[in-house]
Amino acid sequence: MAKLHDKKFVSADPQKCIGCCICEYTCSMVKEKTFNPTKSRIRAIRLGPLINLAVACRLCEDPPCVAACPRDALAQEEESGIIMVDEDKCNGCGWCIEACDYGAIMLHPETKVVYVCDTCKELGNPQCVEWCPEEALDFVTADVLAQKSRRTAVKKLFQESVEKASE
Amino acid sequence: MLAYAGQILHVNLSTGKVETEPLKEEWAKEYIGGIGLGIRLLMKYSKSGTDPFSPDNPLIFVTGPLTGTMGPTAGNGYAVVSKSPATGGIAESKAHGFFGPELKRAGYDAIIFTGKSEKLVYAWIDDDSVHLLDAQSLKGKSPNETDEAIREELGDHYIRVSAIGEAGEKLVRFACIINDEFRAIGRTGMGAVMGSKNLKAVAVRGTKDVNVADLDGFKEFIKMIHEHMKGPATRKYRTLGTPENVLVLNALAALPTRNFTQATFEGAEKVSGEYLNEHYVKKIIGCATCAMRCDHIAVVPEGPYKGSTSRMEFECLWALGPNCGVDRLDAIIEAMRLCNYYGLDGISAGVVVGFGMDLYENGILNKENTEEMDLSFGNHEALIEMVKKIGTRDGWLGDVLAEGTKRAAEKIGKGAEKYANHIKGLELPGYDIRGLKTAALGFAVSFRGACHLRSGAYSPDVKGKVNRFTIEKGRGKIIMDNEDQYNVIDSLILCKFSRGTYYEGLDDMANYYTLATGIKVTAEDLRKAGERINNLARLFNVREGVGTRKFDTLPPKIMTVPIPDEGPAKGAVVNKEEFDLGLDDYYAVRGWTRNGIPTAEKLNELGLGEFTDIATRKKGEK
Repeated sequence: MAKLHDKKFVSADPQKCIGCCICEYTCSMVKEKTFNPTKSRIRAIRLGPLINLAVACRLCEDPPCVAACPRDALAQEEESGIIMVDEDKCNGCGWCIEACDYGAIMLHPETKVVYVCDTCKELGNPQCVEWCPEEALDFVTADVLAQKSRRTAVKKLFQESVEKASE
Repeated sequence: MLAYAGQILHVNLSTGKVETEPLKEEWAKEYIGGIGLGIRLLMKYSKSGTDPFSPDNPLIFVTGPLTGTMGPTAGNGYAVVSKSPATGGIAESKAHGFFGPELKRAGYDAIIFTGKSEKLVYAWIDDDSVHLLDAQSLKGKSPNETDEAIREELGDHYIRVSAIGEAGEKLVRFACIINDEFRAIGRTGMGAVMGSKNLKAVAVRGTKDVNVADLDGFKEFIKMIHEHMKGPATRKYRTLGTPENVLVLNALAALPTRNFTQATFEGAEKVSGEYLNEHYVKKIIGCATCAMRCDHIAVVPEGPYKGSTSRMEFECLWALGPNCGVDRLDAIIEAMRLCNYYGLDGISAGVVVGFGMDLYENGILNKENTEEMDLSFGNHEALIEMVKKIGTRDGWLGDVLAEGTKRAAEKIGKGAEKYANHIKGLELPGYDIRGLKTAALGFAVSFRGACHLRSGAYSPDVKGKVNRFTIEKGRGKIIMDNEDQYNVIDSLILCKFSRGTYYEGLDDMANYYTLATGIKVTAEDLRKAGERINNLARLFNVREGVGTRKFDTLPPKIMTVPIPDEGPAKGAVVNKEEFDLGLDDYYAVRGWTRNGIPTAEKLNELGLGEFTDIATRKKGEK
């Protein structure tokens, strides 16, 4: 069983994300030694000017991509939660792509097998998080995300009294 | 030659023929990319005397060498170059966002559109595959609606689109081209040239790699610029944004008000950057690869224009606001939204409406001309109505004003030209150059007409580095140095908002270019390229009969009507004597004749010897 502080993934804060795609460029630079967002494991989405969010693999519990693969090419690493792709087994059929609700697993345009965020495991931490100029990306566990949301909610609730107290 | 795509695409809209040619390495070196390469290509592929709306006038979309890389701001730009329907001379404009890198990834440094399609079409560029598709159903749609419709039709949301609106289709002479909702190839009427070709949009999906020569070095360089972008050089753009200028210029009595009738605006507080941010800005977003983000997205929360949304910058805010005497930001935001909707250059649109208001106030236009509209300064409803009429060429007045101030004044007559604020046919931006005289000279000699971004010549005036109330010897050099540097910036297609992050100036830019392309250049090489580009642009204007001294002028108001406002600039006006001195000074440092034409020596020095006949022919004519 993964412990509380394992299974960290890349999560974007919609309040901070400005849709600049530096995460995409960073990913292709680090992983592919080129600049090409179509080879990025994280993708920024802009729905009109006010809605911007980058999306990468969430390391789901019981990941549907793994379940969907008819060739057993995908597996989830137990401790880290990273989805591992056996490139010899994958034939690019795309069942996993369809199964993922977040569009986080994709077909690589050149190798024609699927690829997905591995949180830059070999480098210790995800490089997109390092490069994000807005500090909109976090490398976090679901537990920490929940903590943050709770703290923000409570802060908001008591904003007025906090402000009054500091006056 | 890394980072470049190495390929130029030719699309003939008359025949549908599509060809490619390789990019010449020496042109990459000598003209960099962006406007430099664009102007060089225009010089090659255009003929003297071509009407801007003729099918023979090439419309050139061109990327920069760094476009498509992760380079901050230089990674995300493109430029459009052609002959301007506003000035009859060189036209160039740049836009950032997401379209440029897509074009580079599709494999092109430039696309040259020539000819004219029989029906309205859009170009669909899917890497190597190029198609002209029917755009009849997009007729009259805004650039953004066109963008969405094309993505929908082709079923791919990552397609990037650069499109014109109704104003471009109807050949409004200051129509723009817009990509990514708010990013405009704004000035010099490129949307109208596109419209004249029946080309509604360019849609691109590019999937190719963009590689740089020294990835590790490039990475370090980007890291440094990212750091600088968090520093003081970009503070203004990251916080209040360019609308910060409203109060700064107002305090200097340099905020043109009511079509340059005054230089201070009593409503300045209400249209200030401070007020805008506090009441209207919902989010600040960014372009691809940019670590500073500057796009202040303003949303009107209540009132008659509730929900109106637009990106707001100083120039358009000024043109549609103080310059029209309008002190309501909600109306200014709506007017800006409409400019984006019809595809109008917001600077020219505001100056043209202000011009109409001035004529109305002075009895040159009457209610019959305005279809009973009260076109007085400050009437925000009239502002909105006029933008609509101009954008659609509706009614006599809308149609006349759609020609721009220069031609509209000629058509209206009755002394209207005294109120027309343009240089070479391009409307003035928001600096009262009666009291910013380096800027006055800089705007006058700019090759694309009145423009604050060809040399940034307002900067020494505003910052107090020179006496802004006089033109004296030495200003020519300041302007030339800035122009040459700005030509480099616009050829690398760096965003000018980021220019301060290159602490070492051209040395940094040379390093940036070399790390990406592998082509070794020095700061001096780049400076010389900037000078070469300026001379070539000037030669284009000479060739087209608009490149001599008599075209380097200032509007009548600037030279005859002193600033009336009490305060630091009272009485300021540019007199002929100092202006002539300034032109002489500028031409002399440029190595041009007293008539403003590059000399053979200068052309040879810059490797432009093949164009000497253009210069000498004109010299004889006088």
